Amino acid sequence: MTIWIVFALMTGAVALAVLWPLARVRAAPGGSAPGDEDLGFYRSQIDDIAREAARGLIGPAEAESARTEAARRLIRARAAAPAGPDGSEPALRRRRAASAFAISMIPLVSLGLYGAFGSPHLPAQPLEARLTVDPTQLSLADAVGRIEAHLARNPDDGRGWELLAPVYLRLGRAQDAASAYGRALSLLGPTPERLVDQAEALVLAGDGVVSAEARKAIDTALAQAPDMAKARYYRALAMEQDGDREGARAAFAALARSAAADAPWLPMVRARLAALDGTATGSTADPAIRAMVESLAARLAAGGGDAESWARLVRSYAVLGEREKAAEALASARRELAADPAALARLGTLATEFALTERR
Amino acid sequence: MLIEAGHYALVLALAVCIVQTIVPVWGARRDDAALMEMGAACALASFACVAFSFVALSHAYLVSDFSIRNVVENSHSQKPLIYKLTGVWGNHEGSMLLWVLVLTVFAALVALSRRSLPARLRANALGVQGAIAVAFLLFVLVTSNPFSRLSPAPFEGRDLNPILQDPGLAIHPPLLYIGYVGLSIAFAFALAALIEGRIDAVWARAVRPWTLAAWAFLTLGISMGSYWAYYELGWGGFWFWDPVENASLMPWLAATALLHSVVVMERREALKVWTIFLAILAFSLSLVGTFLVRSGVLTSVHAFATDPGRGAFILGILTVFIGGGLALFAWRAPLLRQGGLFAPISREGALVVNNLLFSTACGTVLIGTLYPLALEAAIGAKISVGPPFFNLTVGAIALPLLLLLPFGQQLAWKRGDALGAAQRLMAAFALAIVAVLATFAFARGGPVLAPIGVGIGAFVAIGAVVEISGRAFGRGVPLRVALSRALGLPRSAWGTAAAHFGVGVTVLGLAAAAWGTETLVVMKPGDRASVGPYVATLERVVPRSLANYREDVGVFALTRADGTSAGTLDASKRLYLTRNMPTTEAGIRTVGLSQIYVSLGEAEPGGIGVRLYYKPFVLLIWIGSLFMAAGGFWAMTDRRFRVGAPVRAAVPQREARA
Repeated sequence: MTIWIVFALMTGAVALAVLWPLARVRAAPGGSAPGDEDLGFYRSQIDDIAREAARGLIGPAEAESARTEAARRLIRARAAAPAGPDGSEPALRRRRAASAFAISMIPLVSLGLYGAFGSPHLPAQPLEARLTVDPTQLSLADAVGRIEAHLARNPDDGRGWELLAPVYLRLGRAQDAASAYGRALSLLGPTPERLVDQAEALVLAGDGVVSAEARKAIDTALAQAPDMAKARYYRALAMEQDGDREGARAAFAALARSAAADAPWLPMVRARLAALDGTATGSTADPAIRAMVESLAARLAAGGGDAESWARLVRSYAVLGEREKAAEALASARRELAADPAALARLGTLATEFALTERR
Repeated sequence: MLIEAGHYALVLALAVCIVQTIVPVWGARRDDAALMEMGAACALASFACVAFSFVALSHAYLVSDFSIRNVVENSHSQKPLIYKLTGVWGNHEGSMLLWVLVLTVFAALVALSRRSLPARLRANALGVQGAIAVAFLLFVLVTSNPFSRLSPAPFEGRDLNPILQDPGLAIHPPLLYIGYVGLSIAFAFALAALIEGRIDAVWARAVRPWTLAAWAFLTLGISMGSYWAYYELGWGGFWFWDPVENASLMPWLAATALLHSVVVMERREALKVWTIFLAILAFSLSLVGTFLVRSGVLTSVHAFATDPGRGAFILGILTVFIGGGLALFAWRAPLLRQGGLFAPISREGALVVNNLLFSTACGTVLIGTLYPLALEAAIGAKISVGPPFFNLTVGAIALPLLLLLPFGQQLAWKRGDALGAAQRLMAAFALAIVAVLATFAFARGGPVLAPIGVGIGAFVAIGAVVEISGRAFGRGVPLRVALSRALGLPRSAWGTAAAHFGVGVTVLGLAAAAWGTETLVVMKPGDRASVGPYVATLERVVPRSLANYREDVGVFALTRADGTSAGTLDASKRLYLTRNMPTTEAGIRTVGLSQIYVSLGEAEPGGIGVRLYYKPFVLLIWIGSLFMAAGGFWAMTDRRFRVGAPVRAAVPQREARA
C-alpha cells in the first residue's frame, strides 16, 4: 500500500512542477505580449554588452559593433511580433487545454506502463540484509542458495560441501549431491562414511543402479571398514544387479543376521531378501512406484515408445527385482526399435549391465 | 521499494516527455510564453525522474540486490566497489539508462539557459529533445528494462564481463555518451530552426557552445576508448578500424565539420542549409552507431546486446528521426534566407574546403563500414574491409586537410591574402623541414613516409603556435604589450589554437608509430628478449589469487643497452572465476613519452608466449587528443557565447598591422 502512496506523491509532484509555469507566467505583472520573449532576450543581450564594456572586458569598438548587431535584431524581432493581449480568450482556452492534457497524460501513461512492466509487490532484497536473516526463518531453497553463494566464493571449503550434499539429496538433486560429496572427498580426504554417502548419491542419481563408480567407492569403504552396514547393503545390491543372485542373497542374509533387531534399515534388507527368494514379488516396492512402472509398460505396449522410455522400463523392472519382466521388456524393446541401431546398442549395454539374458 | 520507485520514476519521465514534445512546440507556434515555459518545466522534471531512477539502479548494484535481473546478470557480491558502480552502465540496459540520463541532462541545461537562447528556439528545441527522449525511454522500458525483477532472487550474480572490470569503464562510456547525446542538441536546434523557418547568426552562436561541448566530450571519449583498447586487449594496437570504432568516428568527423561550418555561419550568415544538414547528419550518425552496437549486426567487444528485437526497435527510431529530420529539411530548408557570396581565398573558403574534406572522410568511413554488412545481407558473402582500405583512403583525405590547416587559419575573413598567409607560415614551414631532415638523420628504419609525417605534424603544431604569436607579436611591438595582447585574445582563438596544436601532436605520435617494434618469443624465467633499445628479462612467473580472479603474473626486468636498469613491469593473464573467462593485462612501462608494452600469451611447452612491443612517443597520440578537447572546452567559455553578441576577432590583427 505504501508504495502506491509514494507513486501518487511522485505523480502529484511532477504534475505540479510541469504546470508551475502556467501559474507563474499568468501572474506576471501585465502579462507578456507574444514575441516578448525575443525582445526581452535581445534587450538582456544589450544590457550584458554594456556591463561587460563597463568592466573593461571587451573593447569599446567591439562593444559598439556588438550592440549595433543586437539592436538590429531587436528591431527585426519587434517588427515580426504580432500584436495582441495575452489574457485573451484563445490564450486562456489554450492554457486550459494544455493543463488538461498534462494532468491527464502524466498519470494515465505512467500508471498504464507501470502496470504493464512493474512489480509493485516485490520488496527490495539487498544481499547484506538477506544474509543476516535468522537462519530459522529461511526457506530451504534460500538456505541452499546461501550455502551455494558461500561455496562459490570459497570453493575450497570442504565442510561446506559436506553440509550441502545431504540437503541436495533431500531436495532430490542426487547428481548435485554426488558431486558435492566428490568435492568434500577430494578436499577432506576419503573416509568410509563419505565414500558410502557418495555411492548412495550416485545410486540415487542413476535411478537405483549401482554404477561402476559407486561400486568402486563402496569397495574402498569396505576395505577400510568391513562391517559397515550401508556399504554391505549396496554391495549386495550391486551383486544382485550384476546377476549374482546367490551371492546377493547370501550377502543380504548375512547383513540381516548381523543387524540389531531394531535397526531402521532392517526392513529394507528383509524386503530385498524376499524379492530374491521370489516369495514376495510385487509387494516389496512402493505401490506408487509400481503403478508408475505399470502405466509406463502399458503406454509402451501400445507402441510408439522411444529408446529412452524403453530403457527406463527395463531398468525399473531390473531394479525392482523383477528379472523376468525386465527380460521380457528388453525383448519387446528390441523388436520395437529394431530399425534404430543406436537404440539397440543402448539396450545391449543395459542388458550387460543387469546381466539380463533374453528368453527366446 | 526504492527499486520500484525508480522504475516508476522512469515511466513518469516518459509521460512528462510526451507533454514536453507537444506543449512547447504548440506554444512556439501560438507565441504563448506560458506554454513555451512548460517545456522547460517538463525538461527539468524528466531530468529529476531519470536521475532518481539512475540512482535507484546504482543503489541496487551497490547493495547487490539480486532481485533485479540486470544486477544478477552483470554483478557479483565480491566485485570491488568501483566496478559495482561502473557495472551499472557496463551492460546494455544500464548503458541505455545512462544514455537517457545524459539526454535529459542536456535538455535540462537547455531549459536553464534562458539568458542565452531566444525563447522560441529554446521551446522548439526542447520539443525535439522531448521526442528523442520519448523514443529512447520507450525503447528502455519495452525492450531493455533495467528494472525487470527476479523472484525468487538468487544469492549470487554472474559477474561483469571481465574485460569491462577496468577503470576505463568509469571514463570511456560516460564521456562518449555525453558526446553522442550532446549532438542531439545540435540536431534539436537544427530541427527547431526548420520548424520556425528562421535561422541566423544568433542561432549559430546559440548552437556553437553545445556543439563544442559535444565534440570535446566525443574526442575525449574516443581517445580514452582507444587507450583502453590499447592496454586491455593486449594486441598492442590503439585503433583497429573496427566497425564500432568507425561508428564513433563518423559522428566525430561530422561534428568536426559542423563545428567549422557553424563558425562560417556565425560570421558570414552563409552555409546555413549546409550547417543544418550537418547537424542532422551528425546526430543521425550517432544513432547509426547506437544501432550497429546494439542490434547484433556486429560482433565485437562493444556488441553486448545482440537481440534482433532491440535492433528492430532502434532501426525504427533511426528511421523516424533521420527520415523525419531529412524530410523536414527537404521541406523547410529552401525557405531559409541565404547569406552572401564569398571569395575562394578567404577564411570561409578554407572552412568550406575543410567541410568538404571532413564530409568526404565521413562518407568514406561510412561506406567502408556499411558495405561489408550490406554485401553480407544481400548475397551472403563475407568480406572484410580492413585497415589497409581505411589507412589509404582516410590518409589520402587527411593529407591535404593537414597541409591546408595552418593556411586556413592565417587567412582573413571575406578577402584573404594567400601570399601573406604563406609568408607568415614561413617559420613554421622551415621548422617542419628541419624536423623532417633531423628525423631522416637520426632515425633508422621505418618507412620513408614516416619522416614526412613527422614534418606534417610539426607543421600543424607550429602553425597553431604561429596563429597566436602572429596575432600578438608584430614588428616593433614591445614584449610586454605583445604578451598582454596575446592574453587579451578571445578564448575561442586560444581554444582553436590549442585544438589545432593537438592535431599536430597526434599526427606526430601516429608518425612515430612507424619506428615501433614487435617481437613474439617463447620465454622461460631467466630468458632475455630485446624490445627496441631495451632488453627485457623474464624474472619469474608468480600465480596470484584476488577477489574474483586468479592470475599468473610475469615479472620482467628492463635494462637499457648500456646495462643500467629501466625498471620492471608486470604483465599478467587473468582467469575470472565466475564466468571462467581469461583476460590479458598488458604490462606497460612508460619511459618519457614512449612505452614498452608486454603481453603474455599461451603457455607453450618451452615456456610462455610473450609479445613485446616498443612504442616510441606513443603517448603523443592521446596527449594530442587531450589538447583538442581542452581547446574545445576553452573556446566554449568564450565571453561571446555568454553575452550572445558578436565580437570582431580580426580587430586586434588589423590593429597590429596598421
